Amino acid sequence: MSDTSSATTERPVPTSQMKVSDTDVAIDVVGMHKWYGDFHVLRDIDLRVMRGERIVIAGPSGSGKSTLIRCINRLEEHQEGQIVVNGTELTADLKRIDEVRREVGMVFQHFNLFPHLTILQNLTLAPIWVRGTPKAEAEATAMHYLERVKIPEQANKFPGQLSGGQQQRVAIARSLCMQPRIMLFDEPTSALDPEMVKEVLEVMISLAEEGMTMICVTHEMGFARQVANRVIFMDQGQIIEQNEPETFFSNPQHERTKLFLSQILH
Amino acid sequence: MTYSYTREEMVDAREAPVNTSGPLAWARRNLFATPSDALLTILAFIFLIWAIPPIYGFIAPDAIGGNAVAPGGTVEECRLESAGACWAYISARMSFFIYGFYPPEEYWRPNVVFALGALLLLPLLAPSVPFKRTNAVLFFVVFPIISFYLLNGGVLGMPAVPTEQWGGLMVTLIISLVGIFCSIPLGILLALGRQSSLPIIKTLCIMFIELWRAVPLITVLFMASIMLPLFMPQGVTVDKLLRALVGVTLFSSAYLAEVVRGGLQALPRGQYEAAQSLGLSYWKSMGFIILPQALKHVIPGIVNSFIALFKDTSLVSIVGIFDLLNTVQAASSDIDWSSPTQAITGYLFAGFVFWIFCFAMSRYSVFMERRLDTGHKR
Repeated sequence: MSDTSSATTERPVPTSQMKVSDTDVAIDVVGMHKWYGDFHVLRDIDLRVMRGERIVIAGPSGSGKSTLIRCINRLEEHQEGQIVVNGTELTADLKRIDEVRREVGMVFQHFNLFPHLTILQNLTLAPIWVRGTPKAEAEATAMHYLERVKIPEQANKFPGQLSGGQQQRVAIARSLCMQPRIMLFDEPTSALDPEMVKEVLEVMISLAEEGMTMICVTHEMGFARQVANRVIFMDQGQIIEQNEPETFFSNPQHERTKLFLSQILH
Repeated sequence: MTYSYTREEMVDAREAPVNTSGPLAWARRNLFATPSDALLTILAFIFLIWAIPPIYGFIAPDAIGGNAVAPGGTVEECRLESAGACWAYISARMSFFIYGFYPPEEYWRPNVVFALGALLLLPLLAPSVPFKRTNAVLFFVVFPIISFYLLNGGVLGMPAVPTEQWGGLMVTLIISLVGIFCSIPLGILLALGRQSSLPIIKTLCIMFIELWRAVPLITVLFMASIMLPLFMPQGVTVDKLLRALVGVTLFSSAYLAEVVRGGLQALPRGQYEAAQSLGLSYWKSMGFIILPQALKHVIPGIVNSFIALFKDTSLVSIVGIFDLLNTVQAASSDIDWSSPTQAITGYLFAGFVFWIFCFAMSRYSVFMERRLDTGHKR
């Protein structure tokens, strides 16, 4: 991975706003296992995320990071154990899945904007058709979030006309339009040109400052240091180590973590 | 020797050199790029010079330098040794080619249907015309009902005209339009069903598609017109044209389903996932996200199916329905107009009419592809 410390601005984060709740559990994963066919991808995952927590998941490729967060909004099905999101347990029940998905936003590595719709339509589609928001109101909300990600002037363009960084910011705004209580980020900057990483990270940092509960799979260690209150390291489908960022980076415990950090921080 | 270099001034874009654009440059690049290209170009020109005049002479009427007999001519002119195509015969039998055995005093009924259909279909096809929803309801719901009662008669004092008397271009258009517009929704549902995670639906759709694709259309039409009545209870008859309509529609929907499936599979999984993660239900994500993109990708394939369907309607002549080709064939034994070029003129005419419709469909599909292109290649 490239050097990432330069990607994030070094302004101090006002920690007062980034309160982590002691009692309100946002996500609770207990003894969770998942297989792809015969392959045991996730093994005995236990993870409790409190409301307001900002968690960064790191680890080598194939360690199951993405699969884990995709289980949290049921893009992937788990076979054993429990996943409870905002108090709703994920089962095969479609109603519960919809309930969870309405409250959990997701940002993908490849943006996955809808190329046949304008930016504004991308943003208003789900609020209108899932939440039943009136069109005018949905558009006002959409413009509000486009301004937050600093591209209101692109509202009537198509995704194909935007740069990668702009597309990813639109993707974040699209999730925010559903006013989710939790945001999942699946390597949001991995497919971007180095010059565009910063603009996306800035949006994510400002979200964190507002107290959004976030789980980010990312290799942006500068971002982890600055924003996360917990870093989780995964390997071979298991959580190997978790700690506060300071301790995680300065004093890793597990051999695999040390090796990984020595590879990416040079 | 040093490798250090810093550009001081940026180079502005210039106009292209003269010999890279214009007709001469085009000819040099495409026709005479190499000696063998030049040779092939010259050979092709010689072939055209040899082939075009006789064809032109056969088709064009004498007024513009050909040997054909223009509409309004007599059968005697057509019987001359030197005569080309006998267009007089086509114009004399035109109403038969258009309406078949429909009673001439009732021609106004199909005419109203034609006019109404054109009036409703054209604005539906033009993207810039407003009121699409009203227009669609009128065309897909109201128009078929009105057309049926107008053509079939038996109401409001209009004499009944049984479908056995329908024929010509009218029947060709009815079969192909009904086939096209009924097979679209059916084909989409079959394609979605084939991708379904519900095993029963999936199996049924696969069986349906594979069965209909594996049987020739002629067999389907024979089965519908000869075997089906054997299985029906005594006294129950289903109209022959209706049976052909159902056969053509089901046959075409199986093909369309496979075309649409190609489009569904070409979409990146991320589109499905993004729709899901926003909480859209299955039907909403299909309707708003997946199908609009998938169908756009397979417009050429869909139109290909429709063109094939349009031409395949001529197979209904085998079960005794008088479509355009069958009327042309029947008229070619008309003694009043018998001449050496009578049959070939008829087939030229039929071929030309089929070509007009198929070419129009093809051009429209190109237009729609361009219009729907939002410049996103992923």
